[in-house]
Amino acid sequence: MRTLEPFLAEHPFLKDLAPEYIKLLTGCASNVRFDAGQFIFREGDEANNFYIIRHGKVTIQLFAVERGAITIQTIEAGDILGWSWLISPYICRFDAQAVELTRAIALDGKCLRNKCELNHDLGYELLKRFSHIIVQRLEATRLQLMDLYGAHK
Amino acid sequence: MVDTANPFIPTQYRIQKVLGETYDTFTVELVPLQDNDGFSFLPGQFNMLYVFGVGEAPISLCSDPAIETSIKHTIRAVGTVTSAIQRLGRGGVVGVRGPFGTHWPLDDAKGNDVVIVAGGIGLAPLRPALYQIFAHREKYGRIALLFGARTPHDILYKHELERWRGRFDVEIKVTVDSAINGWRGNVGVVTTLIPGAQFDPLNTIAMICGPEVMMRFTIKELQNRGVKTENIYISMERNMKCGVGFCGHCQFGPTFVCKDGPIFRFDRINTIFGKREI
Amino acid sequence: MGKNNKNTTEKVILKHDHFQTLIDLLKEREYRIVGPTLGEGAIVYDDLNTVDDLPIGWTDDQDGGVYRLKKRNDRAFFGYTVGPHSWKKFLFPSQLRLWKARRDENGFHIENDKNEIRKFAFIGVRSCDLHAISVQDTVFMHGIYSEPNYKARREHTFILAVNCGMAGGTCFCASMSTGPEATSGFDLALTEILQEKGEHYFVVETGTELGAEILLNVPHREAKKEEIHAAETIIKNTSQSMGRTMETKDIKDLLYRNYEHPRWDDVAKRCLTCANCTMVCPTCFCTTVEDVTDLTGEHAERWRKWDSCFTMDFSFIHGGSIRASAKSRYRQWMTHKLATWIDQFGTSGCVGCGRCITWCPVAIDITEETREIRKSEQTHSPNNSIKEGNNNENA
Repeated sequence: MRTLEPFLAEHPFLKDLAPEYIKLLTGCASNVRFDAGQFIFREGDEANNFYIIRHGKVTIQLFAVERGAITIQTIEAGDILGWSWLISPYICRFDAQAVELTRAIALDGKCLRNKCELNHDLGYELLKRFSHIIVQRLEATRLQLMDLYGAHK
Repeated sequence: MVDTANPFIPTQYRIQKVLGETYDTFTVELVPLQDNDGFSFLPGQFNMLYVFGVGEAPISLCSDPAIETSIKHTIRAVGTVTSAIQRLGRGGVVGVRGPFGTHWPLDDAKGNDVVIVAGGIGLAPLRPALYQIFAHREKYGRIALLFGARTPHDILYKHELERWRGRFDVEIKVTVDSAINGWRGNVGVVTTLIPGAQFDPLNTIAMICGPEVMMRFTIKELQNRGVKTENIYISMERNMKCGVGFCGHCQFGPTFVCKDGPIFRFDRINTIFGKREI
Repeated sequence: MGKNNKNTTEKVILKHDHFQTLIDLLKEREYRIVGPTLGEGAIVYDDLNTVDDLPIGWTDDQDGGVYRLKKRNDRAFFGYTVGPHSWKKFLFPSQLRLWKARRDENGFHIENDKNEIRKFAFIGVRSCDLHAISVQDTVFMHGIYSEPNYKARREHTFILAVNCGMAGGTCFCASMSTGPEATSGFDLALTEILQEKGEHYFVVETGTELGAEILLNVPHREAKKEEIHAAETIIKNTSQSMGRTMETKDIKDLLYRNYEHPRWDDVAKRCLTCANCTMVCPTCFCTTVEDVTDLTGEHAERWRKWDSCFTMDFSFIHGGSIRASAKSRYRQWMTHKLATWIDQFGTSGCVGCGRCITWCPVAIDITEETREIRKSEQTHSPNNSIKEGNNNENA
């Protein structure tokens, strides 16, 4: 899919990544679509992909037997979905479900993982970018934990 | 209006309407007991509301500044005075002193994009700014309203937000910290809406109101996108007794929040903002 | 106070036995005469009837946390410094009803509450306190709003200043450039002179037309060169015997740079947050309000009372106090007094009167706290890198 290369090169997440790496990523990329309600991955699945969302909305959920599915965060166009593919034991920690028709670019994490092992420069570049995503999510989660708007009586 | 000869004397207003907003917030519409020349204020300003024998509390004005015959306040019943206003209900009389304080930079924002970030009841003092922007829509660039609430039950001005969402000239994004079943909107803190919002960071005026922690992280996120510090405005909250800079309670470093604020251009307070116990 | 007039600066001599005439003249003009007098084991400010109400022959001994009355071996009228009171108790009463209201068929209405305020004549105002009055004038009258209660009291006040003949143990007006000589803000200013031969007189300087007018009817004569010189010598000696000094250079930025200085933890260990310093301070202006009702619930009143930034309630907003720790409250007070005040009102909030040092039960000394912060910057640069040892001393 030659057409994905310019898209990847321009995406803020991959900004300033060397052209040869973009090429390499393009080789691992494919267009995917998920219908409303469709699960993209589930907690406990092997984590073999990550996604660049192009359109739509995805919820990250945890399922609790007594309370049902609890949405922790929603992810929208422009966002990155999935980081477990890069961090052992490469198992999905949460459920991800499309709430509306969602189009994304899926990147083959399993393939990238192996390439990162062989090429640590690439590995470092990707790890830097994913750490940033993980830190953002952690910060957001900590703020959610504060119950910012609660009455605090 | 403030009696300049004696700014301590409240004017009586009748509660003409009470509108329940959420389970713990309500909006009162006030009309003057005696005829007056109308109440004019600027978006972001506040009044001191007095309940007979109970006391006074500072509350932001949340109505359309173009309407001078009545004013509105959205109130969260969490203190003695605010609970007393709730008990007074429709027909009750309150004392009003104000308007006090600084206002949102709606003139400076002309020709720019405007991003408004509100958390919880922080949406109330921003509503007059939105009314004014919509009344002069052509004077502004893109408008984004990013609103974070605790849960879907805590979303203020729901119908208005829905109506505004129907406009094609404003981007409205609402998110909740904690979702319930059936909520199909966004989940996550309000700061997560910033990276995806549509505005040109170099030509954007940002107006923020919410708890200080929320404003701190919002500012960081806006700065990450390249919004200039001098184009960020926040609304501060401190203890206020007099509203006119005499009682000393609302001091925040060298400023008095009641008269130098509540709206501050961020670069004027950034050296003390977020410092502990200032 | 009357209008200033440059032509009324000729110095004259007023004999001590004509001082009563001065008081009588002010009384005739329906002034309420207030000034120093003995009370509460100290020299306080209260109503004066005759010259004998002054603490004649008394002085005070002051140091950090120490105030003692002592007999002098002469009959000086003003042979002491400043006590626990300041003139703000008259211009800015510690408790004041702002208004009263009554319930009616329309809810409630505010009742007309016009109190006749008698004009004051302040007798024996020291230079530090003249500056303090001027500081409060700025706070209450020179902003967007004018505080009507203060203004009503202040506008017609007659001020008889006294140049200090001695400095107290906690005085530091000389280093704040606020004394000991009264240079403006008075109607009349006296320097008291007691000679060994028993001669007792005042060198009088006129500040306003009103002062000149009053003086006109008090027996006096032109001052001789040596008498003026004697007065100047007294002031000079006072200036050179200050109990404390405050280095004011760069003081605003010094404190702004040191919001996180470990000295604040140190002072917090000593500070009882008793608020004494704010009560005795002649410039502190913070107040709170209390809304009260009577038993019938038909009448309500709003009272304003002196408040202090040392209380927990002071900074309370929904959820908690902004300044919960003693450290932050002391820092707020001192930083306000010496730094933020300058940004707010264009002058320091400290006039060097030393009251906060004398009346602090644990003798915390604003000049010492400032000095320690300054010293640490000089010995440990860059600015606030202080050795950790400081914090562990009392652990």
